[in-house]
Amino acid sequence: MTCDVCKNSDATVFLTQIVEGKMQKVNLCDSCAKAKGVDDPTGFALADLLLGLGAAQEIERGSGSSQRCPACGFSQADFKKTGRLGCAQCYETFSEGLNSLLKAMHKGTHHTGKVPARIARQVERENALKILQRDLQKAVADENYESAAQIRDQLRQLETSTGS
Amino acid sequence: MKIDTLLGHPSDWLRGDGPHHQIVISSRVRFARNLRTRAFPGWAKKAERAQILEEIKPQVDDLPEMQDAFSEYMQELTALDKQVLVERHLISREQAAKNAGSAVVINKRQTLSIMINEEDHLRMQALRSGLQLKNVFKLLDKVDCALEQKLDFAFHPRLGYLTACPTNVGTGMRASAMVHLPALVLSDQINQIIQAVNKIGLAVRGLYGEGTEAMGNLFQVSNQTTLGEKEDEIITRLNQVIEKIIEHEQNARQLLLQKRLSTLLDQIGRAFGILTHAHSMTSKEALNLLSFMKLGVDLGFFPDGHRPVIDELFMETQPAHLQKNSQQKLQVEERDALRAGIIREKLKQFPEPDVGPNPEPENGSSEKPDDE
Repeated sequence: MTCDVCKNSDATVFLTQIVEGKMQKVNLCDSCAKAKGVDDPTGFALADLLLGLGAAQEIERGSGSSQRCPACGFSQADFKKTGRLGCAQCYETFSEGLNSLLKAMHKGTHHTGKVPARIARQVERENALKILQRDLQKAVADENYESAAQIRDQLRQLETSTGS
Repeated sequence: MKIDTLLGHPSDWLRGDGPHHQIVISSRVRFARNLRTRAFPGWAKKAERAQILEEIKPQVDDLPEMQDAFSEYMQELTALDKQVLVERHLISREQAAKNAGSAVVINKRQTLSIMINEEDHLRMQALRSGLQLKNVFKLLDKVDCALEQKLDFAFHPRLGYLTACPTNVGTGMRASAMVHLPALVLSDQINQIIQAVNKIGLAVRGLYGEGTEAMGNLFQVSNQTTLGEKEDEIITRLNQVIEKIIEHEQNARQLLLQKRLSTLLDQIGRAFGILTHAHSMTSKEALNLLSFMKLGVDLGFFPDGHRPVIDELFMETQPAHLQKNSQQKLQVEERDALRAGIIREKLKQFPEPDVGPNPEPENGSSEKPDDE
């Protein structure tokens, strides 16, 4: 069996780690194992190593090997080769496989940090639209047509604004 | 600005005047950002990469922080200039390998460096002396806010900023500090520290060379994950851990002074002796010996006024800096000889270690440092 990293030497270190109930196997030669710090299991981050080895299988499991990203033509075989994705759209295309990979790799599954101002405004606008639509329905249901007309005007104004 | 003008200025972060500068050399934060509708640099075809570059570079050049900056296409830089930038931590090794289709913009003080078409469309970093991650973050955040007005960044409502490599998705942020830990290495505690830090989702790596082969006792502590935690949470956590590491290093130094003074003096004395008398020296040996000189200054065995010379030598003895300063390409043996010569010259005025205020330890054990 050859080493998964350098693909040259014979593998002498066989590493198995279970992440989220899934078994990941990596075979390494002596020098690659040392270089990756595998000889010190407590200080070893499998996520780094999984990338490009286990990750490709993960994506294949999620989306099948033949799928290509409609935006950039990237396939899971390309991921296997490079350990990098093709474009932003790839995150949607390969979302199934990527999600479990990200779960194993990161602290959480949801971004809680900075949001670009442009997108924050967009979200704000969408929320405002939702509230107005709900108010409009309620006003109509209550046969409060004067109020409904006002809300409708507000909605139109908001819908025609560019949101940026 | 020309490359030689930029390199003629020492980097701000090398001045060693930031908070906790004895142990923390520098603080760095980097963001990865990508354009929403473009293929990532590694996957984009040559023509698209060129378009991306022309879309981004004018916006970066336009930043108020980048007035009077160094701004250049990678193919315009010589291999040696690129290597000097790598040694100054202003570009990555990966960017140094790039040519047409990639660029770098660096401000004059070298506190801000923006790489275009590295692994991501934008890799921007801020870098300052000492431990000041929050300030560094603020500086970079401001630049990011200015750029997002002009550029449409790839952002996913659940996953955050999208990056070429899934390990960076979310905040796209890597915050790190470069720390000098000679006492923890000397007292064999460094592996414990590395393991403890790894367990809480942060990484410690040797700055030059991986794993335990850390040269110059220099390490980099950074966050490992980017998804599921806010930027300021990551930075606060990292900051706390680094403060703990500083404490451990200081304790280890005190312990060395109290319990193993002769070992310590031996290391510093040997470093001084070899550095001032050697005629051939590899950069690895230089880094390791300079590390003990730096420790010697920190502990008062050398006057504090001599600190800048040591700090400068850390950078000037790096292979590319050596060749750049001597204006020629050198073979390894020539480099080692030149390095030793520069060090001897620079340390000519350097006083011998002053062991006066700390007398030799009692009961004569000083001659046998490794006694049971």
